Amino acid sequence: MARFLVRRLLAMVVVLFAISVLTFLIFEAIPNGDPAVRLGGRSSTPETREAIRKDWGFDKPIYEQYAITMRKIFTGTVVSYSQQINVVDEIKRDLPATLSLAIGAGVIWLGFGILFGVISAVNAGKLTDTSLTVLSLIGVSTPVFLLGALVLWAFAYKLTIFPAGGYVPLTQDPWGWLTHMTLPWFVLSVLFIGFYSRVLRSNILDTINEDYVRTARAKGLSERRILIHHVLRNSLIPVVSLWGLDFAAVIGGGAILTETVFNLQGVGQYAATSIQQLDVPPVLVITMFGAFFVVVLSAAVDIVYALLDPRIRLSA
Amino acid sequence: MARGELLLEVSHLVKHFPIKSGILFDREVARVRAVDDVSFTLHEGETLGLVGESGCGKSTLCRTAIQLLEPTSGSVKYRGRELVGLSRRELRPLRREIQMIFQDPYSSLNPRKRVGQIIGDPLQLHGLASGNHLRREVQQLMDRVGLQPEHYNRYPHEFSGGQRQRIGIARALALRPKLIIADEPVSALDVSIQAQIINLLEDLQDEFNLSYIFVAHDLGVVRHVSDRIAVMYLGKIVERSPAVELYEQPIHPYSVALLSAVPIPDPKANAARRPIVLEGDVPSPVDPPPGCRFHTRCPWATEVCSEDEPPLAAYESGQAAACHHPRNVDAGMIAATEVAPDSPESASDLLPEPEQAAAAAR
Amino acid sequence: MAGPLLEIEDLKVDFRTDEGTVHAVDGVSLSLEAGEVLSIVGESGCGKSVTAMTILGLTRGPNARISGSIRYQGQELTTASNDELETVRGNRIAMVFQDPMSSFNPVHRIGDQIVEAILAHHDIEKEAAHRQAVEALRSVGIPDPETRARHYPFEFSGGMRQRAMIAMALALEPAILIADEPTTALDVTIQAQILELLQDLNQERGLSVVLITHDLGVVAEIAERVMVMYAGQIVEQGTLEEIFYDPQHPYTWGLMGSLTRLDQERPERLPQIGGQPPSLLGLPPGCRFRPRCPHAFDRCAELPGLEHRLAKEPGHLDRCWLEPSEKKEKREVEGRIGLEARKVSV
Repeated sequence: MARFLVRRLLAMVVVLFAISVLTFLIFEAIPNGDPAVRLGGRSSTPETREAIRKDWGFDKPIYEQYAITMRKIFTGTVVSYSQQINVVDEIKRDLPATLSLAIGAGVIWLGFGILFGVISAVNAGKLTDTSLTVLSLIGVSTPVFLLGALVLWAFAYKLTIFPAGGYVPLTQDPWGWLTHMTLPWFVLSVLFIGFYSRVLRSNILDTINEDYVRTARAKGLSERRILIHHVLRNSLIPVVSLWGLDFAAVIGGGAILTETVFNLQGVGQYAATSIQQLDVPPVLVITMFGAFFVVVLSAAVDIVYALLDPRIRLSA
Repeated sequence: MARGELLLEVSHLVKHFPIKSGILFDREVARVRAVDDVSFTLHEGETLGLVGESGCGKSTLCRTAIQLLEPTSGSVKYRGRELVGLSRRELRPLRREIQMIFQDPYSSLNPRKRVGQIIGDPLQLHGLASGNHLRREVQQLMDRVGLQPEHYNRYPHEFSGGQRQRIGIARALALRPKLIIADEPVSALDVSIQAQIINLLEDLQDEFNLSYIFVAHDLGVVRHVSDRIAVMYLGKIVERSPAVELYEQPIHPYSVALLSAVPIPDPKANAARRPIVLEGDVPSPVDPPPGCRFHTRCPWATEVCSEDEPPLAAYESGQAAACHHPRNVDAGMIAATEVAPDSPESASDLLPEPEQAAAAAR
Repeated sequence: MAGPLLEIEDLKVDFRTDEGTVHAVDGVSLSLEAGEVLSIVGESGCGKSVTAMTILGLTRGPNARISGSIRYQGQELTTASNDELETVRGNRIAMVFQDPMSSFNPVHRIGDQIVEAILAHHDIEKEAAHRQAVEALRSVGIPDPETRARHYPFEFSGGMRQRAMIAMALALEPAILIADEPTTALDVTIQAQILELLQDLNQERGLSVVLITHDLGVVAEIAERVMVMYAGQIVEQGTLEEIFYDPQHPYTWGLMGSLTRLDQERPERLPQIGGQPPSLLGLPPGCRFRPRCPHAFDRCAELPGLEHRLAKEPGHLDRCWLEPSEKKEKREVEGRIGLEARKVSV
């Protein structure tokens, strides 16, 4: 296990480095363009652009530029020239909303995904299974912004049960936080619940036919024990690793659409508005952080997978 | 059986698989010595049986001999021509003459191809037939192996295990090879179907003058089809004998144990035999025991066996065995032995002592 | 205890599939005495595994129809509730399967899987159960059982895994062990070890064994009574000697003939059984072996009953209309028991 861990972490470091180089190249080293203009924005003045050039070292060799960029990003000194704000500070302000959305939705979609997956599998072929299948397909196919808009219209506008968007910090007003997050959680989870229940259903149906489940039954174990300790224990392993990656993607800004529809002012929405306004520095930093988060979580997921499946860790 | 020309000559063939490990970079830390200095010959029209238990290297030996795997070292001569080191293009025409039949009739046929295609593809690939002529060739082959030619357009899953094995045989025959390597061709089949397939293979051998290397772990089946048999253990040939002699007077203790472990489908005969039940499991081919590889499980091992790897010794009966304490041979036979010319290079030339014959009574 | 340990009467198991109803088991009856070794022999699709699994209720499902009676010490199992079955499984009747690699859960340790079986039936401390598990491993000859109990299935060799499987089955000291092709996936030297183990268990502990196999050599090694199955029915049953030395059914002759025997000269040609086993979907009326039998005659259009036709061997039953004298004559092919080759298109 130790060897596996070390190798995996080392691989992670290598990938992080590669990503940083790639991001840097995409944003700053694309030929036929002046990176200073890109960073400064269309409406920037020549003086601003000259200052940018000095600040970011665009007259220096490319590896120095890379070093400077990385330093700026990780010391939080990247500034959005068109907005006149420090990007990292802004991200910090927006993070609680994104975290609330991601963690809440993550827990909900994992829980319900497993629940519906199990129900579907146990009732395979019957009406319950078919209805859940149809529901999950609807969930998977409905665009998030459409669902968000519908839900907002129905529950916030027509029936004023929920607030019509915005974010209230948990520390400020727990109940307000909850009511503001309910609809976004629902909208973001629906897609994943549909997907996860299908995956789990399929894994369970495969596992149920495995020889070792037959052995477990032949030993006289109760159906409940067989379902939990043998069927679920084995079927959930791929689901857990899937969850880790999806969760990372959501935090890294993948919930852009949901945040925007509900005006949560999270990191994703920040990225969306920056893209709209062609404001490059925030997009650069969010991309970098997002990518890093995904890579780190993916390594964590692999390690968890190895903990759950001894064949991975011992035959490495 | 009259021996035809020398078809295949394998000399000191070695195939090791490196095991790579390391924190940052992979270094070779050990090797799986799957095939460790094996030599044998095969003549036209002959059947060589290859027996041994899982992990002995028999399948790897076959694949390495026909260059499906690249040998670590050694030589393989087909009709006098060296195969090791040839490029894929150079090997191509030779592949027509050497074909293989596999063990699992369920996974060795492409489920998405029709049977006619499976059998006919080799002919097309080598530019030997096309169109209507191809179809007729394939149907003739199907008929010859006992399948109904009208089933030309069916898919493998529409056939039973025995029928699928027949399809595999037809595919191997399509190019009219001289040598067919059958890797456990009947192990996955029911007993009553096994007999059908074995009889078919024998008929085909007579009709097409085929030579076989027949790999199997079922000793009864191997005895039935083989002229000569090589017994493998942990990557080495421990005994090589004509079929009749192997079963009547096995020389190597492993052969003795193997044969004695086979139950006889006859209660009285079964009760009368005294099987030698070997202790423990087969050691790993990564770290084979020193000296004679079998010494850790051998009921007759002595100190010399753990230190000195015995040479492959040729006996007058036409048998060859690598053992310091051979079974079922008398003093006279031992005295007349010589080190076989293809004895492994790592082995010594310490031949067994005639005095030991007294202790080697069956 | 009076009466047989296990009694099966006219068991029928049908499976509903997309292509129709598969009659996997069609009227099987058997009885097993305490301490006896009974072998059920047949090839794939004959119904032997389905029979065995039905004893423990492992074939129950929405598409299965089971009729007939299976009684363990008088307790009816076919209609038993799931709770009742769970008490019997592992505890009174245990089963080991063919492939020990896939029969163990790959992500749990071997020791834990044995402990799980023990705790499902006995209300004892986990440590006590663990000690019993280690003892069980030791009793089947696994060296260093304390360490081995902490290993995962893939860390065991094939023979060790099968021993571990047997240890797990026996940890609760059942009266009957059903072994479904226990040695088919193993090398012959390991097979010898496992068969020796089963024999010791039978002789020392009085364990009754139902051994399911297609290998007549294995049968000859340890069975006392034999049942030969074909296409869902028993076609012949009797003592070991009766079946091997006086077989009464052409299928049995065919099975014996197609075997290679190391203690005899090899025949010119292996007597084979032509054709293939029938599909269990649409079975023709009459004797099911008829399409492949070179000795079939008009009476075979009527399904023979399983009856004893030899006055001197009351326990020896078969399903063949031929007269005993005719059978004696027809079963010899080139000096050994076999079935004459008959050209049947495949």
